[in-house]
Amino acid sequence: MTTLTADGASPLAGVRRFLRHLLYVMTDNPMTAFAFMLFLLIVGAALVGPWLVPYDPLATNAGSTLQPPSWQHWFGTDQLGRDVFSRVVVATRLDLMIAVSAVAIAFVIGSTLGAIAGFYGGWAERITGRCMDTIMAFPLFVLAMGIVAAAGNTVENIIYATAIINLPFYARMARTEVAVRRNAGFVQAARLSGNADWRILAFQIFPNSLPPMMVQISLNMGWAILNAAGLSFIGLGVIPPTPEWGIMVAEGANYIISGHWWLALFPGLALMLAVFTFNLLGDGLRDLVDPQRRT
Amino acid sequence: MTHLARSRLVGWRLLQAIPVIVGIIIVSFLLTRALPGDPAAYFAGPAADAASIEQIRVSMGLDRPLPVQFVAYVQDLVRGDLGISISTGQPVMHELTTRLPASLELTGVALLFSIAIAMPLGILAATRPNSWVDHLCRAVVTAGVSLPTFFTGLALIYVFYYLLGWSPSPMGRLDFLHLSPPKVTGFYVIDALLARDLETARAALAQLLLPAITLGLFTLAPIARMTRAAMLQILEGEFIRTARAAGLPRRQVLFTYALRNAILPVITTLGMVFSFALGANVLVEKVFSWPGIGSYAVEALVVSDYAAVQGFVLTMALLFVTLNLIIDVIYTLVDPRLGLEE
Repeated sequence: MTTLTADGASPLAGVRRFLRHLLYVMTDNPMTAFAFMLFLLIVGAALVGPWLVPYDPLATNAGSTLQPPSWQHWFGTDQLGRDVFSRVVVATRLDLMIAVSAVAIAFVIGSTLGAIAGFYGGWAERITGRCMDTIMAFPLFVLAMGIVAAAGNTVENIIYATAIINLPFYARMARTEVAVRRNAGFVQAARLSGNADWRILAFQIFPNSLPPMMVQISLNMGWAILNAAGLSFIGLGVIPPTPEWGIMVAEGANYIISGHWWLALFPGLALMLAVFTFNLLGDGLRDLVDPQRRT
Repeated sequence: MTHLARSRLVGWRLLQAIPVIVGIIIVSFLLTRALPGDPAAYFAGPAADAASIEQIRVSMGLDRPLPVQFVAYVQDLVRGDLGISISTGQPVMHELTTRLPASLELTGVALLFSIAIAMPLGILAATRPNSWVDHLCRAVVTAGVSLPTFFTGLALIYVFYYLLGWSPSPMGRLDFLHLSPPKVTGFYVIDALLARDLETARAALAQLLLPAITLGLFTLAPIARMTRAAMLQILEGEFIRTARAAGLPRRQVLFTYALRNAILPVITTLGMVFSFALGANVLVEKVFSWPGIGSYAVEALVVSDYAAVQGFVLTMALLFVTLNLIIDVIYTLVDPRLGLEE
């Protein structure tokens, strides 16, 4: 987004124009404004959550185990007397960190591969396409399980596995977005004025392909969070005392049939809210970065 | 003539699956050789000394170059040998084949459930834009993509087992009061019906209902969204306007003309839906202690039983390719445009 605004006359004017556009998009669609508020809330919880929570998320208390939600413990306490609210808030950072890193890796590698494939065609396109087809030939969550099992049961490997199963979406999208613009008027103009291929790709075609990719990023972020939580739900990656939504739901699952619903409900709701926010945000982002709507 | 063209198309599609299967086998070979640390040391066990590790390495062929190992791997696959599961001591192939029907039963019923709900919902939403059905459809679609499957499953267990008591305890395919029916298809409900054991069939169905609904809710969203979008687009078409102007009954316009064309993009999305369903299947099986291949893989993961996990990944991938092939063949058979072009 900053690269788009920075090519204005002065950086300050660019920032001001961006903010005005942001305000316009927010007031235009209340749903986007709502999603944006939720997004700020989640990012805020990830950044400063650990300092705001009332209890230590790891502190056990044998005196108050499995307490239902109350004024002392908003989301109740778990089987070891830990405060569920504190754990849910603190977990935001880890869950978000996994999803953001995975999507960032997938975006950078996937869109580069896809852009090269779409721009040059031929063998580059065929080889990338074949590799992406092979990834897509697996049920994606199952492939992620296999990768984590083979590479080792760590949080980093959860990130890599999630990045790999997200790769094809970006590669395919970048390929089509670049391929339709390969011979557009502005590209030919740039080529005639003596720009190198990589320059045209990076500064002419790629920024124009960004809006649809932004939507994809936002949708994928939700999906990445779901996948990472799913992997930790089945016991991969995150090691138990660490607060993380998937593992908290998994631990709470053992207490559902005895009626202690709050253990699984609140981390599950937090997970749902995060995914929901990113899905809603997808369409809002499209309005924000679409160069054709910016006048 | 058209018949020949169609079978040629189907044959061409089958040929196209070959490079995909080769890719899958290469990836799963790489996964088995990318084990953390030394696979030979792992398979030799914690008590092994250097000599016995070396012996295992030679007997497993791990000292040979990778291409040779790959050939051996493919030969094993052709013989149906996926290795021995360390946790149970059984061949992985045997474990997977005995557990596969449970997974197929669950996924199949879930998909039938979600198609039965999602397609009418999508059609109704498309024919009545901005009505309550349309809003309901949008709500279902938005909620459906945000819901973690394992969370939906737990919520359903809490409501229907703990609060209402309508559902049997979420533990496997049959409670301990019933014996599993004699094996014919491996699907308990069908087997029990074949054995004319209505009581067992009812019990098996009761166990199946909640996990199938959980999985079905997850796949509902993409099918409903695609049906709605495809129907909306088709209903705009000029041939629909012509059919309406010619005075054809509404029902005929909707089902004979619109739906037959709208079903094509829906069938194409089914491929993606299967990918999600097979992945979510693992989570649902864990939540409901369903004895399918998904929960087998999860148990194997916990005890680092790699042969079992890799066998599971390979089985799932081959299952997925087969399902995609079936979808494509169905697509070829129902596409009304294909017959006309010849």
